[in-house]
Amino acid sequence: MGLSRFGGLVKGLGVARRRPFATSTSSSSSTAAGGGTIVRGTGSKSLNLYSAINQALHIALETDPRSYVFGEDVSFGGVFRCTTGLADRFGNQRVFNTPLCEQGIVGFGIGLAAMGNRAVAEIQFADYIFPAFDQIVNEAAKFRYRSGNQFNCGGLTIRAPYGAVGHGGHYHSQSPEAFFCHAPGLKVVIPRSPLQAKGLLLSCIRDPNPVVFFEPKWLYRLSVEEVPEHDYMLPLSEAEVIREGTDITLVGWGAQLSIMEQACKEAEKDGISCELIDLRTLLPWDKDTVEASVRKTGRLLISHEAPVTAGFGAEISASIVERCFLRLEAPVARVCGLDTPFPLIFEPFYMPTKNKILDAIKSTVNF
Amino acid sequence: MALSRLASSSGSSLLRPLTSALFLTPSLRRPISSAADDSTTLTIETSIPFTSHNCEPPSRTLETTPKELMTFFRDMALMRRMEIAADSLYKAKLIRGFCHLYDGQEAVAIGMEAAITKKDCIITAYRDHCTFLGRGGTLLQVFAELMGRQAGCSKGKGGSMHFYKKDAGFYGGHGIVGAQIPLGCGLAFGQKYSKDETVTFALYGDGAANQGQLFEALNISALWDLPAILVCENNHYGMGTAEWRAAKSPAYYKRGDYVPGLKVDGMDVFAVKQACKFAKEHALKNGPIILEMDTYRYHGHSMSDPGSTYRTRDEISGVRQERDPIDRIRKLIFAHDLATEKELKDIEKEVRKEVDEAIAQAKESPMLEPSELFTNIYVKGYGTESFGADRKEVRTVLP
Repeated sequence: MGLSRFGGLVKGLGVARRRPFATSTSSSSSTAAGGGTIVRGTGSKSLNLYSAINQALHIALETDPRSYVFGEDVSFGGVFRCTTGLADRFGNQRVFNTPLCEQGIVGFGIGLAAMGNRAVAEIQFADYIFPAFDQIVNEAAKFRYRSGNQFNCGGLTIRAPYGAVGHGGHYHSQSPEAFFCHAPGLKVVIPRSPLQAKGLLLSCIRDPNPVVFFEPKWLYRLSVEEVPEHDYMLPLSEAEVIREGTDITLVGWGAQLSIMEQACKEAEKDGISCELIDLRTLLPWDKDTVEASVRKTGRLLISHEAPVTAGFGAEISASIVERCFLRLEAPVARVCGLDTPFPLIFEPFYMPTKNKILDAIKSTVNF
Repeated sequence: MALSRLASSSGSSLLRPLTSALFLTPSLRRPISSAADDSTTLTIETSIPFTSHNCEPPSRTLETTPKELMTFFRDMALMRRMEIAADSLYKAKLIRGFCHLYDGQEAVAIGMEAAITKKDCIITAYRDHCTFLGRGGTLLQVFAELMGRQAGCSKGKGGSMHFYKKDAGFYGGHGIVGAQIPLGCGLAFGQKYSKDETVTFALYGDGAANQGQLFEALNISALWDLPAILVCENNHYGMGTAEWRAAKSPAYYKRGDYVPGLKVDGMDVFAVKQACKFAKEHALKNGPIILEMDTYRYHGHSMSDPGSTYRTRDEISGVRQERDPIDRIRKLIFAHDLATEKELKDIEKEVRKEVDEAIAQAKESPMLEPSELFTNIYVKGYGTESFGADRKEVRTVLP
């Protein structure tokens, strides 16, 4: 299954295995590099991130009569408008507000999922997910395992907006994905754009495992893309190479990718060819694609907003070093948030900006 | 759908007409500049009697002085003016981040302060500008903190939601809903050990009233007889969700079950003062008690919330006309002939000037040095390394 460690260079498209995907309208052949089973051209519209997520939720509720969307303030559309129109269309038995208690919301969702329903729980900001941490890590992640597969809460999907937004401060900007990547039994998925978000969210909702879906709140209005109007799903646990290159591999997810892309373009001017990979699913993550890329380039740089110590970049770094030690030309670089609580007025200093990434690209390439 | 139901059922409770204060002593006919303000007492009644749960409610008749009345008026006018100024500053993008305004709820902050000392502790959620001011904070500290400057009470590192004042027993200022309640009960626990006859007021909102940690804290406080007073500032909306849609039982003062509770008209500063006084005595003798302050906020939940998608403008203006705390005091002042309309207007002008000066001063205050990003994460001298963008070199050792 994995590549032989000492095999020669593998051509860069990555070993994107075409997993058969059970969706009625999809057909094969991706367009860009990497996985993806989308049919283009059967009607698409220019949408921003929250509209794409809204569409995905509409489709999910339409196609499965036993699916429910709930959370704080979702009835009127939610604080980010991701749930607009759902309550009107599907009624308040299927789309409803909960009281202000995250632990209750998730626990309740686990129960609903355990009865064979699809529960899409919204946590208003990822910063508030911690009261529910026990439910997610101790109850949801381990349910199937500890009951010997008698019970499961696979129908549970938890959606939460995460990430910096420019002025969020301590409790409206956090990126807690690393905490959840540490719980086997869960899946953690982070989209980078509207098209990705719709497909990935539908996959998460229909995946038979509990999933935590983090949405980059910065991109809710900012990111606009042509999104196909029909029902389509994107595969989980498959990373996507969104920019090909030969000198260094950059790995990231969510909103950070657009920053990394800018850095790649600048590096291009200095003759450094960067390969950019969107991990898409953090747990379980696509080690093979990243490994194949690093075997091609010999250098790795990881970037995320969360603090650098024990962030998910640490896992990627350790795994790649295990697999590609002799191939690496330079130490793995991590350009991440600083080891401080997410600051209010110091946000510009905290963030892993384009220039920090560019600096690290150059020093890694010139190691 | 939601709004119409609101208008029919709880609309009446929100727009309870202002029963004019009964005064039993002949009113004084002296202008406020007279020297003998403190010695004369006025007896007044709260707007409505208290409703209680598992305890005897305090009397609705209480005594006050002209000086107290005038102080209440001035302080509430100051708080009101401050919040409105913060609104403008936010719209001018001088304040960034999140800003949760307290206007409409001033009576709770002022009434509570009047009943307690600075050794008692107060802890609240993120709607804390006025509570901080009540605890003795200055306008400069407020505006500087809001704008992220050094002169701010948390040195500019906290922002709107994180005001603290250690020397006045104000423990903040918390962003995560409900998390401050167990903390508050812990403060009361400490006070029980110190035996100094002080109590803690842990404030939370109607949204937070559904958090599990409240009940955990309540159980422990009751079990160990802690001098903790849990105050639910019920402004009837948990952000955008009306209380009847979030709570099976919106009678928050009864939710303590075995813990006694009192329902208070939070727009009447004297009711608040009486209730807090009663609660402090009760808590020192018998352990925890819940106070539910029936209050209202004119602004939306925060500056990003217009406040009109889940309630009607008529409701907001209705409450402003019928139950505004400052107007109530104004009417009391006129009824007792303590000041003329012009004098009150002068006070308001003075207050406005004070606020403007504080803002100007706050604008002068410099931003924190970037190195402050790394301070106060751990205790000084711990020697922890903090890494910068590229882990190849140590960027700093945390001071």
